[in-house]
Amino acid sequence: MALEMLSPALILLLAAVLIGLLKGHARTAVVLVAPLLTLWAVWQIPDGVQGTVKFLSYYIEPVEGSPLRRLFATVFAIMVFVGGLYAYRVARWYELAAAFAYAAGAVGVCFAGDLITLFLYWELMALFSTIVVWCGGTPAARAAGIRYAIMHLLGGVVLKVGIEGVVVGTGSIQIQPMLATDFSTWMILIGILINAAAPPVSAWLADAYPESSSTGSVFLSAFTTKTAVLALILLFPGEPVLVGVGLFMVMYGIIYALLENDIRRILAYSIVNQVGFMVCAVGIGTQMALNGAAAHAFAHIIYKALLFMSAGVVIYRTGKSKCTELGGLFRTMPLTTVCGIVGALAISSFPLTSGFTTKSMISQAAVDENLVWVYMLLTAASAGVFLHAGIKFPWFVFFQRDSGLRPKDAPWNMGLSMILFAGLCILLGVFPELLYPLLPYPVDYVPYTAGKVLFYLQLLLFSGLAFFVLLPLMKRTETISLDTDWLWRRAAPALIGLIERLLGSLGELVARGRVRVQRFSQRIAVRYLGQPHTADREERGVFARSWPIGTTALWIAGLLSAYVLLYYL
Amino acid sequence: MANQDEPLHWLVRPATIRKLWIGLSIVLAAVVLAQTVVYIKGYFGVDAWFGFGAVYGFVCCMLMVLVAKLLGLVLKRPQDYYDDPDKDTGHGQDAGQKMSGTEERGNGA
Repeated sequence: MALEMLSPALILLLAAVLIGLLKGHARTAVVLVAPLLTLWAVWQIPDGVQGTVKFLSYYIEPVEGSPLRRLFATVFAIMVFVGGLYAYRVARWYELAAAFAYAAGAVGVCFAGDLITLFLYWELMALFSTIVVWCGGTPAARAAGIRYAIMHLLGGVVLKVGIEGVVVGTGSIQIQPMLATDFSTWMILIGILINAAAPPVSAWLADAYPESSSTGSVFLSAFTTKTAVLALILLFPGEPVLVGVGLFMVMYGIIYALLENDIRRILAYSIVNQVGFMVCAVGIGTQMALNGAAAHAFAHIIYKALLFMSAGVVIYRTGKSKCTELGGLFRTMPLTTVCGIVGALAISSFPLTSGFTTKSMISQAAVDENLVWVYMLLTAASAGVFLHAGIKFPWFVFFQRDSGLRPKDAPWNMGLSMILFAGLCILLGVFPELLYPLLPYPVDYVPYTAGKVLFYLQLLLFSGLAFFVLLPLMKRTETISLDTDWLWRRAAPALIGLIERLLGSLGELVARGRVRVQRFSQRIAVRYLGQPHTADREERGVFARSWPIGTTALWIAGLLSAYVLLYYL
Repeated sequence: MANQDEPLHWLVRPATIRKLWIGLSIVLAAVVLAQTVVYIKGYFGVDAWFGFGAVYGFVCCMLMVLVAKLLGLVLKRPQDYYDDPDKDTGHGQDAGQKMSGTEERGNGA
């Protein structure tokens, strides 16, 4: 097999194996060097299909390059590097190995030239992300990991059904734009949307990610949902259903994040919110929209990881993850506070951050297509993001009241990785021209016009005012919020319990009837055949008694005459 | 805001907070008034109105908080809601945090 047909994903996969085999500095070296090597390899892949392999009767294309694929692979590789730097001193080796294999799946999906390769890497991600969830190490993490695995294996099956249908229907395993028009394409769309945490199964994300370790959630936040966005861009650009789905996700994320008390769950809901922007953009489907989706995914991975890193440092240092238990940490954690605020401003698309230069492209795409309602809802959502993530997260964690906690600031490696990502957030915000040439289509968009900046400042600052005015209504309570996962965590077990009880009582009824029939037939048997253990006693049944000879002769005579009589009749 | 055991951090002193509110009010007024100088290009008519961004942002956030509040009445459950009382495999972590939560409850949110 030619060298150019080896996916950069294999470097990370090999690194995952080496992390298990090596110890000490050698392992650290692998953790830090392998992602950089991957990044280099990503940029060695030219556009187009890099050769085919015949597998069964299909022509597999393990590596296909394009600007879009390289863009996603690039940010994934950067993510693995900074995530590795953040995690390597705290995380156990199997968590690091699983995270690397998980990232390998994500990079593999980026370059998959056909549906079969895509599916293989897709399942690799499902498998190893489950392990990363399990590395949370608590019983809750174990249970959440099982639910996570079931959801993703189910999604994988749905995707596989769709792929089979498309392959049988069209005879092609090519990855090419399609629309959800028949059963198979719907199945593919649903399979991808499950990974994107779309409704009605968005709950898996906020259920599983916050149960992982403080380092694991940094990796988890990056890959699964964003590969789903990439797959949507590759397979379903311009699919009208996605506009509605995306807008629903945007609003869902805001509302649930506002209700939430756990800091990582707030961030998890805001992933759904942000992916909603991208899904909506893919639904709009113009070049500007797809550029916006890709750019936003790139920026989102960085600032979301940054937010999860600052939350991770807080949890690592304090062992607490609830808004009701935290507060006032800015005193002793200045670096984490500043980095958390940079991430929060970036997610709110504040001017001069990466969120502004990328997310506003999506709004612009809605304007270009004259989608008034989509534009208005996206703008409202931008305000809502500032509310639920931009202010709520830093306020409740770092300011609010004084919780009395005085934890140390981040260890040097965690601090350094936060500084790297915070720097990238601002760099891409100030110099968007660094990112724009990497986008799949030529960019004809000026993010910074005085009017636009002023409009966003009005929007965001008055959202901030609304937060502080409504602060009494935002008081955190020690609660969780019901979601559709109630159906399978509560309703389904209750239903199964009910059915079990019904069948149980039915079984009891049958058993009681059987006993009654048994007793009845035994009584008859005893009456006519006698008790089995009283063979020679007088207590014999009717048929088991010893009859006198005379009686027998009388019976025989009677029978014979009856016979003769019947014969002549 | 803060406990009284140690000197108040300068950022949480009432005087500072008052100054922050004054500063914020000035900034808010400035970004609205700036629209007299800077032209905001409206795409759909309404969004070019004077102060539209400010009003829209404020009202939308208000609505979202209220909707969340109302939904919360229906959707909120105690955080040990999903814990299985029959088994030990429930949310062990949550159970532990619940205990520390009850200690904290006195302090308020």
